[in-house]
Amino acid sequence: MSAVVALCVALPLLASALVLGLRRMAKVRDVITLSTMAAVTGLAGALLADVDRNGTVVLRVGDWAPDLGIVLVADLFAALILLVASATILVVELFAIGQRRTPAGADPAVVSPILLVLAGGVSLAILTGDLFTLFVAFELILVSSYVLLTHQGRESQVRSGMTYVVINLFASTLFLFGVAIVYSATGTVNMALLAERIPELPAATQVGIGLWFLIVFGTKAAIFPLFSWLPDSYPTAPTTITAVFAGLLTKIGVYVLIRFFTLMEFDELGPLLLVIAGFTMIIGVAGALAQDDVKRILSFHVVSQIGYMIMGLGLFTVAGVAGAVLFLIHQIPVKTVMFLAGGLIEDDQGTSALTKMGGLATSKPVIAVLFALPALSLAGLPPFSGFIAKLALVDAGMSSGAYVIVTVSLVGSILTLLSMTKIWLGAFWGEVTPSAVPASSRRSITIMQTAAGLAVAGTIAIAVVAGPLWRMSEQVAGDLLERTPYITEVLGEVVDR
Amino acid sequence: MIFAVAGLVAAGTFLVTSRSLSRIVLGFALLGHAAVLALLAAGGRAGSPPIVDGEPASDTANPLPQALSLTAIVISFGLTLFVLALARRQQVLTGDDLVEDDVEDRRIATTHDAPEQSIDETRELESLNDNPEGGS
Repeated sequence: MSAVVALCVALPLLASALVLGLRRMAKVRDVITLSTMAAVTGLAGALLADVDRNGTVVLRVGDWAPDLGIVLVADLFAALILLVASATILVVELFAIGQRRTPAGADPAVVSPILLVLAGGVSLAILTGDLFTLFVAFELILVSSYVLLTHQGRESQVRSGMTYVVINLFASTLFLFGVAIVYSATGTVNMALLAERIPELPAATQVGIGLWFLIVFGTKAAIFPLFSWLPDSYPTAPTTITAVFAGLLTKIGVYVLIRFFTLMEFDELGPLLLVIAGFTMIIGVAGALAQDDVKRILSFHVVSQIGYMIMGLGLFTVAGVAGAVLFLIHQIPVKTVMFLAGGLIEDDQGTSALTKMGGLATSKPVIAVLFALPALSLAGLPPFSGFIAKLALVDAGMSSGAYVIVTVSLVGSILTLLSMTKIWLGAFWGEVTPSAVPASSRRSITIMQTAAGLAVAGTIAIAVVAGPLWRMSEQVAGDLLERTPYITEVLGEVVDR
Repeated sequence: MIFAVAGLVAAGTFLVTSRSLSRIVLGFALLGHAAVLALLAAGGRAGSPPIVDGEPASDTANPLPQALSLTAIVISFGLTLFVLALARRQQVLTGDDLVEDDVEDRRIATTHDAPEQSIDETRELESLNDNPEGGS
């Protein structure tokens, strides 16, 4: 099974090199890109089934000992997120193929290979077992995101892309400093070894390392004081790309936060995380309420939803972390499909400003349905996946006695519903405005709607299989907080040597 | 070594916070060097060369931070080039290499009654809106 782990990272990168050479053969390129992502999704599914049955899969690249070489670790958490993430990229790639025939669409000769590099980076970031490989994976993800954001070279994209690049570059540099600090304190960058050695450090050093990495990963995840780059840069990119960014990039930051903070036992930072979570929820949703552009509203919601996951992590209980994991799994597809629906609206109306559109519920009922289902899920209405995830979090908060954060999260939920209503009122009700861009061919619209429909089906599927998912999330949270399964799985055979 | 790192970080951070893109690029180059130096410093003191005279392996320098540094150098080199390209693009599009204000800030500035600023700001906003193709 360890070959599968390596393939999840290597396959997209190899395919990307292949696709890059096929600039002129669009059909072949599409087939290769889609089949690669489908293969990675299939592999991730197989990996999940195997990990669920037989336990964690560990791959030592080049058979080096874990304190020297690179380790790829696929535990239940990694396999779950990997499956959701690669399925999401697959759907977005399908959407991109449909969208390239529209004027706002991105250049597919650039998007296909770079999206594959992004997929490879995401797999690596999820599977990696050491801090420095995580840095490299983040760089892979970020470099491809820089290119995706700015490759059209429009003035607004270059301007906001500059902010995005500068802030993320700064965070990456801080990450590198963090690696240096951790290495000089412990003499290793392997996460399992770190998990053994960091709790032995003086308390002040532990808190320092924890805060340092909170800033590093927090910038990627766009938590409260470090989020302002996000709503400025996301809306300028083409829809496809915003959908990937919103669905995956910040969530990878959250994934790493959860993994790192539980593994290193930074429990004493829990209260700080809860405060940050509360501010992130409220400020994000308040920003969304003040906007009147579909993509900007959705971008602020990205920030707001991050708060819920941080809340689950901040509780540092099995129920809390399980809630955060479930929320993460629910958010990746929901957020992506929201942006895809936003893209359909924009393609149809030629604008994403709410004041300039209306009546889509009668003129384009398919888009209305595709938007309404994930919007209700995002706001946390039963029976959608958002309800289950939020219920888990609120339940965990109540049983830990953290009533303040529970109240804040419920207020945030209501405000989320309010701003979804605002989009609904602006875009779907009111007077019918004619389609501004009739040029998009029927076929591309069909492909785009199929892609968005698939993603909506995915979000509903999450609600349907919520029972097994919740069992897995609880097991993941138990393992994460227990810590010993991860450490012994990764280091296990060192003792034998 | 630590003083060198501190000096580079100070100069780099100062440059990154400036408004001109070329300075920001230089600032990141300095910060990248500082991070690499910090990584090297984390590896402990320099040892003797590994192969010459068959020194025992325990006396040689720790190779792991050096491997990490090499990777970091390559990455920061590539990114510097990318940021330079972006800065050049911005210069072609706008004629200068200054970091512009946040769109949101400018929108608030235009709605707010600030006569001495608003003309300038509106012109900028218009040029932003009128130029969707960006001459690509």
